Amino acid sequence: MIELIIGKYNYWIYIALMMIGFYAMIAKENLIKKIIGMNIFQTAVILFYISMSKVRGGTAPIEWEHAVRYENPLPHVLMLTAIVVSVSTTAVALALVIRIYKAFGSIEEDKILEMKGDRTGKTPESVL
Amino acid sequence: MMEVIYILPLLFLVACALTAVLMKDLLGATIILGAYSLIMAVVWTMLNAVDVAFTEASVGAGITTVLMVAALSRTVRGEYEPPHEARGWKRKRFSITKVSGFFVVVLTAAAMIYGTMDMPDFGDPNAPANLHVARRYIEESRHETGVPNFVTAVLASYRGYDTLGETTVIFTAGMSVILLLRRIRRE
Amino acid sequence: MKEHIVIRTVSRLLIPFIQLFALYVIAHGDISPGGGFQGGVIIGASVILYVISFGMEDGRRRVSESISDFMNSAGVFLFAGIGVLCILAGGAYLEYTAFAGKAAHGEHAEHALHLASHLGIYGIEIGVGITVAAVMMTIFFETARHEDD
Repeated sequence: MIELIIGKYNYWIYIALMMIGFYAMIAKENLIKKIIGMNIFQTAVILFYISMSKVRGGTAPIEWEHAVRYENPLPHVLMLTAIVVSVSTTAVALALVIRIYKAFGSIEEDKILEMKGDRTGKTPESVL
Repeated sequence: MMEVIYILPLLFLVACALTAVLMKDLLGATIILGAYSLIMAVVWTMLNAVDVAFTEASVGAGITTVLMVAALSRTVRGEYEPPHEARGWKRKRFSITKVSGFFVVVLTAAAMIYGTMDMPDFGDPNAPANLHVARRYIEESRHETGVPNFVTAVLASYRGYDTLGETTVIFTAGMSVILLLRRIRRE
Repeated sequence: MKEHIVIRTVSRLLIPFIQLFALYVIAHGDISPGGGFQGGVIIGASVILYVISFGMEDGRRRVSESISDFMNSAGVFLFAGIGVLCILAGGAYLEYTAFAGKAAHGEHAEHALHLASHLGIYGIEIGVGITVAAVMMTIFFETARHEDD
């Protein structure tokens, strides 16, 4: 039982982090809060990948004459690019939020839906 | 030993994430998100992912925070709170979203925890992820590319296509932001 | 924050060193942590610091819209162009060892191959750095509030 907890507790914490972000994404009305949740979700997934690259007794994946073992460099490479892409998605999301605020004067999801009224999906004049 | 100390920054992370999500003041939540990113960089340094930690410290804690603050300066700072009189159906609708969201989250978490039972232990050198192509990168990349940093060797040489794709994604994001926000002066 | 003399002086002192550090990070990506992504982000951050302390107008005078838009695409173009150069040199797309040419079979074959792949890796790191730096600047310039808002 103890071995199970020591071996696996890190995954459970990543799941907790990921679910905090997921909850913010689906249950919060505020659009900025949704973006914060998205950020937490992304970093939790990246953390999960990085922790899979950990090898007991390994050193950083840069050549060194005293190294016995190296960490697995592949997840590092994939997640390095994922971080930079995550800031790009955040930036696009923020740009959309700014446009939504300009058009509706609010960043609360339910208010925006209310303002759209009949929900025909027609874009209001002020957005164009 | 590492396995035991490792829990401390993880608990910090959970605390930061919870505060950032529950806080009403959006500026405060953004700053706490920056702290979250910085602790994340510390965790990745502990896991010896130095390149990733470097990127997270500059991108997550730096640029993302600045962008969020910039966006907040053009929108509103606080999260909307329904006035105290409005305890009718509106208040209820709020709680329905929250309760159903909570159930979805708990169900997903349960499914994922069930899935972790088949995962290799933390730091297991014989985990499947560490066996196949990763071993070849570590053994051969110095000889084949002459680059001592394996991460750079894989990023730029073996998986150059990936990196080209990611650079294109970043370029596209820049273009989208220009399209969405730039004011075009019509003469 | 244009009126704060402390912020202006400190950032005037710091920005050249931040940019120097960014160039160091890009140039030493092969032997230490770092590379095009990180260096580009640091260059972008230095420009953001400049804009925060001196204002949008001044920042746009230093890095005009046309320059940052050009850099946006120039980095990707450089990256993809190196791939095409590899094809012209007789290899596959992004196969840097093609740059070694005939030297790949001479007596210093390994040295030539390493030199060729270093050349390619530096080229694409610089391309990535240019694009990332320009995109970070662009995003900030467009997202931040303008004076007339």
